[in-house]
Amino acid sequence: MMPNLGTYAFEVLSSYAATLVLIAGLLIVTLRRGMRARDALRRMEEETARHGKG
Amino acid sequence: MSFWEYANPVKFLALSARVQPFAWGAAAVGIFVGLVWGFFFTPDDFRQGSTIRIIYIHVPSAWIAINAWIMMLIASLIWLVRRHHVSALAAKAAAPVGLVMTVIGLLTGALWGQPMWGTWWAWDPRLTSFLTLFLFYLGYIALWQAIEDPDTAADLTSVLCLVGSVFALMSRYAVLFWNQGLHQGATLSLDKEENISDVFWFPLITSIAGFTLLFIALVLYRTGTEISLRRARALGARLEKEA
Repeated sequence: MMPNLGTYAFEVLSSYAATLVLIAGLLIVTLRRGMRARDALRRMEEETARHGKG
Repeated sequence: MSFWEYANPVKFLALSARVQPFAWGAAAVGIFVGLVWGFFFTPDDFRQGSTIRIIYIHVPSAWIAINAWIMMLIASLIWLVRRHHVSALAAKAAAPVGLVMTVIGLLTGALWGQPMWGTWWAWDPRLTSFLTLFLFYLGYIALWQAIEDPDTAADLTSVLCLVGSVFALMSRYAVLFWNQGLHQGATLSLDKEENISDVFWFPLITSIAGFTLLFIALVLYRTGTEISLRRARALGARLEKEA
Protein backbone atom coordinates (compact mmCIF):
# COMPACT_ATOMS: atom_id res chain seq x y z
CA MET A 1 0.00 0.00 0.00
CA MET A 2 2.72 2.48 1.04
CA PRO A 3 4.50 3.71 -2.10
CA ASN A 4 8.25 3.31 -2.28
CA LEU A 5 9.52 6.88 -1.88
CA GLY A 6 13.16 5.86 -2.29
CA THR A 7 15.82 8.42 -1.44
CA TYR A 8 13.26 11.26 -1.28
CA ALA A 9 11.18 9.81 1.57
CA PHE A 10 12.29 12.52 4.02
CA GLU A 11 11.33 15.40 1.70
CA VAL A 12 7.95 13.93 0.70
CA LEU A 13 6.90 12.81 4.19
CA SER A 14 8.09 16.06 5.81
CA SER A 15 6.06 18.08 3.30
CA TYR A 16 2.88 16.17 4.09
CA ALA A 17 3.51 16.21 7.86
CA ALA A 18 4.21 19.98 7.94
CA THR A 19 1.10 20.69 5.85
CA LEU A 20 -1.18 18.56 8.01
CA VAL A 21 0.20 20.07 11.25
CA LEU A 22 -0.18 23.66 9.97
CA ILE A 23 -3.74 23.09 8.69
CA ALA A 24 -4.73 21.32 11.92
CA GLY A 25 -3.26 24.23 13.92
CA LEU A 26 -5.15 26.77 11.81
CA LEU A 27 -8.41 24.83 12.30
CA ILE A 28 -7.93 24.56 16.07
CA VAL A 29 -7.08 28.26 16.51
CA THR A 30 -9.98 29.29 14.24
CA LEU A 31 -12.58 27.14 16.03
CA ARG A 32 -11.40 28.07 19.56
CA ARG A 33 -11.39 31.80 18.78
CA GLY A 34 -14.79 31.47 17.09
CA MET A 35 -16.34 29.71 20.07
CA ARG A 36 -14.90 32.28 22.51
CA ALA A 37 -16.24 35.18 20.38
CA ARG A 38 -19.71 33.65 20.10
CA ASP A 39 -19.76 33.02 23.89
CA ALA A 40 -18.72 36.63 24.55
CA LEU A 41 -21.49 37.92 22.27
CA ARG A 42 -24.11 35.70 23.94
CA ARG A 43 -23.05 36.96 27.40
CA MET A 44 -23.20 40.58 26.23
CA GLU A 45 -26.64 40.10 24.68
CA GLU A 46 -27.93 38.51 27.91
CA GLU A 47 -26.46 41.35 29.96
CA THR A 48 -27.97 43.96 27.62
CA ALA A 49 -31.37 42.27 27.89
CA ARG A 50 -31.13 42.20 31.72
CA HIS A 51 -29.99 45.82 31.79
CA GLY A 52 -32.93 46.81 29.55
CA LYS A 53 -35.41 45.11 31.88
CA GLY A 54 -33.94 46.61 35.02
CA MET B 1 -32.20 40.21 -4.82
CA SER B 2 -28.83 41.96 -4.95
CA PHE B 3 -25.29 40.92 -4.03
CA TRP B 4 -25.06 44.03 -1.86
CA GLU B 5 -27.76 42.86 0.53
CA TYR B 6 -25.12 40.53 2.03
CA ALA B 7 -23.35 43.65 3.30
CA ASN B 8 -25.97 43.42 6.05
CA PRO B 9 -24.32 41.26 8.77
CA VAL B 10 -27.58 39.45 9.60
CA LYS B 11 -28.14 38.43 5.99
CA PHE B 12 -24.47 37.54 5.58
CA LEU B 13 -24.55 35.30 8.66
CA ALA B 14 -27.76 33.60 7.46
CA LEU B 15 -26.19 32.85 4.06
CA SER B 16 -22.95 31.76 5.71
CA ALA B 17 -24.82 29.31 7.97
CA ARG B 18 -26.46 27.75 4.92
CA VAL B 19 -23.24 27.47 2.88
CA GLN B 20 -20.83 26.34 5.62
CA PRO B 21 -21.98 22.73 6.15
CA PHE B 22 -21.57 22.05 2.41
CA ALA B 23 -18.22 23.88 2.26
CA TRP B 24 -16.72 22.05 5.28
CA GLY B 25 -17.96 18.64 4.09
CA ALA B 26 -16.88 19.08 0.48
CA ALA B 27 -13.49 20.48 1.58
CA ALA B 28 -12.83 17.43 3.77
CA VAL B 29 -13.80 15.05 0.95
CA GLY B 30 -11.82 16.99 -1.68
CA ILE B 31 -8.63 17.18 0.37
CA PHE B 32 -8.86 13.56 1.53
CA VAL B 33 -9.53 12.16 -1.95
CA GLY B 34 -6.96 14.44 -3.64
CA LEU B 35 -4.15 13.67 -1.20
CA VAL B 36 -4.82 9.93 -0.85
CA TRP B 37 -5.17 9.57 -4.63
CA GLY B 38 -2.04 11.60 -5.27
CA PHE B 39 0.11 10.04 -2.55
CA PHE B 40 -0.84 6.37 -2.88
CA PHE B 41 -2.18 5.87 -6.38
CA THR B 42 -0.02 7.92 -8.76
CA PRO B 43 3.31 6.84 -10.25
CA ASP B 44 6.70 8.50 -9.78
CA ASP B 45 7.65 11.13 -12.35
CA PHE B 46 10.38 9.97 -14.73
CA ARG B 47 12.58 12.97 -13.82
CA GLN B 48 11.46 14.02 -10.33
CA GLY B 49 10.89 10.55 -8.87
CA SER B 50 8.67 10.36 -5.79
CA THR B 51 9.03 14.10 -5.07
CA ILE B 52 6.24 14.70 -7.62
CA ARG B 53 3.87 13.84 -4.73
CA ILE B 54 4.70 17.22 -3.15
CA ILE B 55 2.77 18.82 -6.03
CA TYR B 56 -0.57 17.83 -4.42
CA ILE B 57 0.07 20.14 -1.46
CA HIS B 58 2.51 22.70 -2.87
CA VAL B 59 0.38 23.87 -5.82
CA PRO B 60 -2.96 24.07 -3.92
CA SER B 61 -1.39 25.97 -1.00
CA ALA B 62 0.38 28.43 -3.34
CA TRP B 63 -2.89 28.80 -5.30
CA ILE B 64 -4.75 29.75 -2.10
CA ALA B 65 -1.91 31.99 -0.84
CA ILE B 66 -2.12 34.12 -4.00
CA ASN B 67 -5.89 34.03 -4.48
CA ALA B 68 -6.58 34.78 -0.81
CA TRP B 69 -4.75 38.07 -1.32
CA ILE B 70 -6.80 38.74 -4.48
CA MET B 71 -9.97 38.07 -2.48
CA MET B 72 -8.70 40.46 0.23
CA LEU B 73 -8.01 43.05 -2.48
CA ILE B 74 -11.61 42.85 -3.76
CA ALA B 75 -13.01 43.02 -0.22
CA SER B 76 -10.72 45.97 0.58
CA LEU B 77 -11.84 47.86 -2.53
CA ILE B 78 -15.48 47.27 -1.54
CA TRP B 79 -14.69 48.68 1.90
CA LEU B 80 -12.89 51.73 0.48
CA VAL B 81 -15.60 52.50 -2.06
CA ARG B 82 -18.84 51.43 -0.37
CA ARG B 83 -17.87 51.29 3.35
CA HIS B 84 -19.45 47.88 3.99
CA HIS B 85 -18.07 46.59 7.31
CA VAL B 86 -18.61 42.93 6.43
CA SER B 87 -16.21 43.22 3.50
CA ALA B 88 -13.46 44.75 5.67
CA LEU B 89 -13.99 41.98 8.25
CA ALA B 90 -13.92 39.30 5.51
CA ALA B 91 -10.53 40.63 4.35
CA LYS B 92 -9.26 40.58 7.94
CA ALA B 93 -10.60 37.02 8.38
CA ALA B 94 -8.88 35.75 5.23
CA ALA B 95 -5.38 37.04 6.07
CA PRO B 96 -4.30 34.35 8.61
CA VAL B 97 -5.57 31.63 6.26
CA GLY B 98 -3.53 33.13 3.43
CA LEU B 99 -0.51 33.42 5.73
CA VAL B 100 -0.63 29.74 6.71
CA MET B 101 -1.00 28.73 3.04
CA THR B 102 2.00 30.91 2.15
CA VAL B 103 4.08 29.21 4.86
CA ILE B 104 3.02 25.79 3.52
CA GLY B 105 3.93 26.89 -0.01
CA LEU B 106 7.36 28.13 1.10
CA LEU B 107 8.12 25.06 3.24
CA THR B 108 7.02 22.48 0.68
CA GLY B 109 8.77 24.46 -2.04
CA ALA B 110 12.03 24.32 -0.08
CA LEU B 111 11.60 20.60 0.59
CA TRP B 112 10.94 20.01 -3.10
CA GLY B 113 13.66 22.37 -4.30
CA GLN B 114 16.46 20.78 -2.28
CA PRO B 115 16.52 17.41 -4.09
CA MET B 116 15.53 18.85 -7.52
CA TRP B 117 17.59 22.07 -7.68
CA GLY B 118 20.23 21.19 -5.10
CA THR B 119 19.24 24.11 -2.88
CA TRP B 120 16.52 24.92 -0.35
CA TRP B 121 16.21 28.47 -1.58
CA ALA B 122 17.15 30.66 -4.54
CA TRP B 123 16.51 34.35 -5.18
CA ASP B 124 14.41 33.40 -8.15
CA PRO B 125 11.73 35.96 -9.25
CA ARG B 126 8.78 33.76 -8.30
CA LEU B 127 10.26 32.64 -4.98
CA THR B 128 11.29 36.16 -4.05
CA SER B 129 7.89 37.67 -4.84
CA PHE B 130 6.24 34.83 -2.88
CA LEU B 131 8.48 35.56 0.13
CA THR B 132 7.54 39.25 -0.19
CA LEU B 133 3.87 38.23 -0.21
CA PHE B 134 4.53 36.35 3.07
CA LEU B 135 5.98 39.55 4.58
CA PHE B 136 2.95 41.51 3.37
CA TYR B 137 0.65 39.01 5.09
CA LEU B 138 2.59 39.51 8.34
CA GLY B 139 2.45 43.30 7.95
CA TYR B 140 -1.26 43.26 7.14
CA ILE B 141 -2.12 41.19 10.23
CA ALA B 142 0.17 43.31 12.44
CA LEU B 143 -1.46 46.52 11.17
CA TRP B 144 -4.93 45.27 12.10
CA GLN B 145 -3.61 44.45 15.59
CA ALA B 146 -1.79 47.75 16.01
CA ILE B 147 -4.68 50.17 15.38
CA GLU B 148 -7.46 50.46 17.93
CA ASP B 149 -10.11 52.23 15.85
CA PRO B 150 -11.57 49.52 13.56
CA ASP B 151 -12.48 51.87 10.70
CA THR B 152 -9.01 53.42 10.61
CA ALA B 153 -7.50 49.93 10.74
CA ALA B 154 -9.72 48.86 7.84
CA ASP B 155 -8.69 51.95 5.81
CA LEU B 156 -4.95 51.50 6.35
CA THR B 157 -4.95 47.72 5.86
CA SER B 158 -6.95 48.20 2.64
CA VAL B 159 -4.27 50.52 1.29
CA LEU B 160 -1.57 48.02 2.32
CA CYS B 161 -3.56 45.32 0.54
CA LEU B 162 -3.60 47.37 -2.68
CA VAL B 163 0.18 47.73 -2.54
CA GLY B 164 0.72 44.03 -1.72
CA SER B 165 -1.38 43.00 -4.71
CA VAL B 166 1.57 43.77 -6.94
CA PHE B 167 3.51 40.97 -5.25
CA ALA B 168 0.55 38.58 -5.26
CA LEU B 169 0.24 39.03 -9.03
CA MET B 170 4.01 38.87 -9.44
CA SER B 171 4.09 35.54 -7.58
CA ARG B 172 1.66 34.23 -10.16
CA TYR B 173 3.15 35.77 -13.29
CA ALA B 174 6.86 36.23 -12.45
CA VAL B 175 7.78 33.20 -14.55
CA LEU B 176 6.23 34.91 -17.56
CA PHE B 177 7.87 38.31 -16.95
CA TRP B 178 11.37 36.97 -16.37
CA ASN B 179 12.79 33.92 -18.02
CA GLN B 180 15.67 33.48 -15.60
CA GLY B 181 15.21 31.56 -12.37
CA LEU B 182 14.80 27.97 -11.27
CA HIS B 183 11.05 27.79 -10.85
CA GLN B 184 9.15 26.07 -13.64
CA GLY B 185 6.33 27.71 -15.62
CA ALA B 186 2.63 27.25 -14.96
CA THR B 187 1.68 23.78 -13.67
CA LEU B 188 -1.88 24.15 -14.87
CA SER B 189 -2.54 25.62 -18.26
CA LEU B 190 -5.42 25.79 -20.70
CA ASP B 191 -2.91 24.71 -23.35
CA LYS B 192 -3.00 20.90 -23.34
CA GLU B 193 0.57 20.68 -24.63
CA GLU B 194 1.89 22.62 -21.63
CA ASN B 195 -0.19 20.84 -19.02
CA ILE B 196 1.03 18.07 -16.75
CA SER B 197 0.00 14.51 -17.57
CA ASP B 198 -3.60 13.45 -16.75
CA VAL B 199 -2.37 10.91 -14.21
CA PHE B 200 -1.10 13.80 -12.04
CA TRP B 201 -3.63 16.40 -13.19
CA PHE B 202 -6.83 14.74 -11.89
CA PRO B 203 -5.70 14.23 -8.26
CA LEU B 204 -4.10 17.69 -8.33
CA ILE B 205 -7.28 19.42 -9.45
CA THR B 206 -9.23 17.47 -6.77
CA SER B 207 -6.80 18.67 -4.11
CA ILE B 208 -7.00 22.27 -5.39
CA ALA B 209 -10.81 22.10 -5.21
CA GLY B 210 -10.57 20.76 -1.64
CA PHE B 211 -8.16 23.52 -0.55
CA THR B 212 -10.38 26.17 -2.20
CA LEU B 213 -13.47 24.90 -0.37
CA LEU B 214 -11.50 24.81 2.89
CA PHE B 215 -10.54 28.44 2.31
CA ILE B 216 -14.19 29.39 1.69
CA ALA B 217 -15.36 27.53 4.83
CA LEU B 218 -12.62 29.08 6.98
CA VAL B 219 -13.24 32.62 5.72
CA LEU B 220 -17.01 32.34 6.25
CA TYR B 221 -16.51 31.02 9.80
CA ARG B 222 -13.81 33.54 10.67
CA THR B 223 -15.85 36.44 9.26
CA GLY B 224 -18.69 35.31 11.55
CA THR B 225 -16.21 35.41 14.43
CA GLU B 226 -15.14 38.96 13.56
CA ILE B 227 -18.79 40.09 13.32
CA SER B 228 -19.51 38.53 16.75
CA LEU B 229 -16.48 40.24 18.30
CA ARG B 230 -17.43 43.61 16.76
CA ARG B 231 -21.01 43.32 18.04
CA ALA B 232 -19.90 42.16 21.52
CA ARG B 233 -17.57 45.17 21.75
CA ALA B 234 -20.34 47.56 20.65
CA LEU B 235 -22.75 46.14 23.24
CA GLY B 236 -20.05 46.33 25.92
CA ALA B 237 -19.38 49.99 25.07
CA ARG B 238 -23.11 50.78 25.20
CA LEU B 239 -23.47 49.11 28.62
CA GLU B 240 -20.47 51.02 29.92
CA LYS B 241 -21.94 54.31 28.73
CA GLU B 242 -25.28 53.59 30.35
CA ALA B 243 -23.72 52.48 33.66
